[in-house]
Amino acid sequence: MFTTKAFIKKNKVGNYLKHVREHYIRDDISCGLQECETCLPVESFLSPDHENKCSLFTSNHYLILDTNVVLDQMDILEESVIGNVIILHTVLNEVKHRSLPIYKRLCAVIENPSRHFYVFINDHHQGTYLQQNEGELINDYNDRCIRAACSWYINHAPKQKFVFLTDDSANRIKAQKEDIPSYTVSEYVQNLNTSGLTDKLSRKDFHGNDFTKDVFPNHLSNVELLTGIREGKLLQGTFRASRDNFLEGFVNVDSYEEPVIVQGRAGLNRSVDGDTVAVELLKEEEWVCPSEIILEDEGVGDESVDDVVTKENELQKATKKKSGAKPTGRVVGIIRRKWRQYCGILQGGIDGVYQMFVPADKSIPKIKIETRQAEFLRTQKLIVTIDSWPKHSRYPHGHFVRALGNIGDQTTENEVILLEHDVPHSQFSEEVLNCLPKMPWIITDDDVKKRVDLRHLDICSVDPPGCTDIDDALHCRPLADGKLEVGVHIADVSHFIRPGTPLDREAASRATTVYLVNNRIDMVPALLSSNLCSLRGGEERFAFSCIWEMDQNANILSTRFHKSIIKSRKAMTYEEAQLIIDDKTKQDALAEALRSLNKLAKIMKQRRLVNGALVLASPEVKIQMDSETMEPLDVEVKKLFETNSMIEEFMLQANISVAEKILEEFPDCAMLRRHPVPPATNFDPLVKAGRHLGFEIRVDSGKNLAKSLDEAVNTKNPYLNTMFRILATRCMLQAVYFVSGTYQKEEYFHYGLAVPLYTHFTSPIRRYADIIVHRLLAVICGADSTYPDLLDKNKTTELCQNLNYRNRMAQYAGRASIAFNTHGNYKMRKVTCCMSVKTPCKFLYHDMAWNVPYLWPKKAKRPIFLNTMKRTRHKKPEVWLFTLLTPL
Amino acid sequence: MSKNRELLSKIGLRQDGRRADELRRIRCKLGVFTEPDGSAYLEQGLTKVLAAVYGPHQVRGSRSKAQHDSAVVNCQFSMAVFSTGERKKRPRGDRKSTEISIHLRQALTAAIKVELYPWTQIDVYVEVLHADGGIYPACVNAATLALIDAGIPLKEYVCACTASLANNDVPLLDVSHQEEIIGGPTLTVAALPMSGKIVLMEMSQRFHVDHLQKVLDKALQGCKDIKSILDEAVKSHIQDVGSSTGWASTT
Ligand SMILES: [Zn+2]
Repeated sequence: MFTTKAFIKKNKVGNYLKHVREHYIRDDISCGLQECETCLPVESFLSPDHENKCSLFTSNHYLILDTNVVLDQMDILEESVIGNVIILHTVLNEVKHRSLPIYKRLCAVIENPSRHFYVFINDHHQGTYLQQNEGELINDYNDRCIRAACSWYINHAPKQKFVFLTDDSANRIKAQKEDIPSYTVSEYVQNLNTSGLTDKLSRKDFHGNDFTKDVFPNHLSNVELLTGIREGKLLQGTFRASRDNFLEGFVNVDSYEEPVIVQGRAGLNRSVDGDTVAVELLKEEEWVCPSEIILEDEGVGDESVDDVVTKENELQKATKKKSGAKPTGRVVGIIRRKWRQYCGILQGGIDGVYQMFVPADKSIPKIKIETRQAEFLRTQKLIVTIDSWPKHSRYPHGHFVRALGNIGDQTTENEVILLEHDVPHSQFSEEVLNCLPKMPWIITDDDVKKRVDLRHLDICSVDPPGCTDIDDALHCRPLADGKLEVGVHIADVSHFIRPGTPLDREAASRATTVYLVNNRIDMVPALLSSNLCSLRGGEERFAFSCIWEMDQNANILSTRFHKSIIKSRKAMTYEEAQLIIDDKTKQDALAEALRSLNKLAKIMKQRRLVNGALVLASPEVKIQMDSETMEPLDVEVKKLFETNSMIEEFMLQANISVAEKILEEFPDCAMLRRHPVPPATNFDPLVKAGRHLGFEIRVDSGKNLAKSLDEAVNTKNPYLNTMFRILATRCMLQAVYFVSGTYQKEEYFHYGLAVPLYTHFTSPIRRYADIIVHRLLAVICGADSTYPDLLDKNKTTELCQNLNYRNRMAQYAGRASIAFNTHGNYKMRKVTCCMSVKTPCKFLYHDMAWNVPYLWPKKAKRPIFLNTMKRTRHKKPEVWLFTLLTPL
Repeated sequence: MSKNRELLSKIGLRQDGRRADELRRIRCKLGVFTEPDGSAYLEQGLTKVLAAVYGPHQVRGSRSKAQHDSAVVNCQFSMAVFSTGERKKRPRGDRKSTEISIHLRQALTAAIKVELYPWTQIDVYVEVLHADGGIYPACVNAATLALIDAGIPLKEYVCACTASLANNDVPLLDVSHQEEIIGGPTLTVAALPMSGKIVLMEMSQRFHVDHLQKVLDKALQGCKDIKSILDEAVKSHIQDVGSSTGWASTT
């Protein structure tokens, strides 16, 4: 059977276009019931053996869900007591359209055989397809389709019982009229004999009627919002809550350079950090300055707002228009919620079933939840999600999702960091592990034929101590007439990870290995990361080699790439390699090679610096502690050897050479990495700090910045320069992956390295981008084949977006882990420091990424890190007490 | 946009409800005009094409085009201005139309027994009324029917079909416009399905040779399926015409 769908759509230019699509209706779609004898047999996880134990019914039954149930009650659906669920294709599509994260979670449940879910393609089934009536709203049409499918099932399998769950009362009433047994999710769940499940119910309808007084102004309707935005009366933007002041936030509006300030209950009007909101600008005379005071929500869960009113007044006083008022507005409606799951703890001292949840993320408001296990939950870190925020409620309403573990446990805290930064960290699935090569892994003659055998070369690797995922190794040997052959050998991960396999998809989704202080979340299973791909000393491994011919001045005369087999002579640490270089009595081939490499690297580095590459201090500040007393002794930047920079130089050069090659061959779809030039205003804090300490930092070009950073040295204070460099890092934009065809040539530039072209090739074990680059390069060498997605600009752009997001999150997670551990391990010194925030201490820097403010008094030798976790507000609002992380 | 759409869903259905190896609905009719020597109308999904054949007749215009050992096949492809979502500025003469005209000629010349008509010319006009992906195959298939209607001797049917690759693995048959937009490479094949000869092959983007064979096999299978559909149409047409004139048996 055949029908067409016609609809009219507006195109980008503004013309109205008529789209007509085909829609085939089939007679070969199965109901998925094992008991059915009429339908064609089909793979279905529905099973008569699973029993839904709901006391509303005497017999076992199948569940059919409405879209709203999937969207709102995913936490319930993820519980294994519920099974034998039929998901209609209409519902699946609607969910996909409305919320991609929920859709992904639903798919995970559907694919799990033990959950007994089945997708019924009702919209292509001849018995359940309905035509949309003229003028019928899409929602009504979908509801009608869902009910039709329910009725069809009831008639199709009269011996079975089907139950329709929906939280939409209109739809439920209609369904009941059509003799479909229909219930709300809470009716159903409350009659399941499983304890604790009701806690997980999403609450949209918290005792809404016994409230007369509204705490917040109304939101405008969607239509009003859209009209307002179109007519320019309202502005659309992303809401960012202040971390320090629960009554203040900013809305980043695209067309405005500066964010719009929103303040107070009425101003914020139930926005939560990340939401897309509509704001209305206030009259210019009502504009205010951003507040510098810190206000914390001290509410204890009741609906009284007296304390908020006091604080609002306080805030008003503090921000009343002085000079420099900024655009101010108020939120009039929410366009899109960006609610997610939040980690945090329960607030102590509240009795009863209604509890207050305090998110770890300071920009998220407290959430009210209903639970019957508060006593236990108070000892736990938990995950809670927001369901709704009615105007009569001071707090958003949510429900408990799950407990992570005891507060303060290392594993719990790691879990919190991973969840808060959206790091995928579950165990690798069976499907993924099945893609791994079978052990024992041996190199076959066939492998040898396809690769260049470099096992005779003196190759070695140099890494930090304790490194088990070694992805690079080097060699260097003299050629005739004084030339040198230098080779960089990178683990051939793409040999093991084939495109499109579950392993590949998992790695692409993880994008990077995440390093926490005492834990590592691998991008690929350990068999690859720590064994088969790791270029360990003395073992034969597959590599992708980049080999240059260089002269003594480190000029590249020729470059070639090929897959190879290598046998690393030795896996060294930076320190070991340094000792070999320095020990003049060592004259063996390896020592000579290291010396040549070191010499070349120095020339290359010098050349790079002359070109304007920035050397920014690593933010990995190490705090040395006295092992006995656990008192902090010193703040230092991690010690670096010459060999650190030696390895770095060759890796940079390999990346550059590969970038040139893949761009030449794939001008449209090469995966590259760019580092945009930061806008001048980004440097303001650096320039100001420099002026204050008597240095002129020039930021007009990378070269000048590098130069003035070099010159900003105070011999009495060696930390000062490092400090400037740390500050400079903070002014930079993030470097990002992109696809060559989507940017102009000039935009390929990498600002930090001062090179026109760059990519990532050298760490395929821990970065997915490198795997893609390897695949591109392998195609060029004729060592491997392409596949459509590799050459698809749009697909690769999507991939880049994920890689960039995951990388950023991995970086933040790493820092959060350092911050937690340094705080955690400190035996806090009871030194407090008073400082006026109103006239901010001139040396107070607030490092947003670390969320660690630090002081640097003139006399001090080093910065003093302040512990924000232990700050308390002094009686006067503008004085703050910090506990110090470092002694004065 | 493409992020939310996939060519082949996890349950194995395409956007429009077809399975990977199913053709779109093909409907066709021969002899739709009286003026030309042969004509046909063909729908492949929503792609709708008219074809008309004139000839063989004397070579018109410059005599030098005429060939002593075969007929000259002249093809003209055009698209009605209303055939696409956005109105086209002109029906023919753009690069794409010229290219399709040339490709049509290549495919048809391979099927027509041109050696039977030296010093003559056969004109084939094809017009797309509605475009919804797979324009070229629809044109070839319609032209074949029009040639049959005109009574021009063919070696065999010439049929064309597209195929693509979904999820980097599964070959898709007969790609619709919507699927063309979502992406993936499209392979177009015109073939003489009975002898299995390929007369034209074109790819929309780089395609690795490893995948080519299975996609090509799929496309050839599509050509064979189309051939049997066209064959049915021709038979029923002959029966209709025959019964109305009374010389064919109507059993
Ligand atoms: Zn059935």
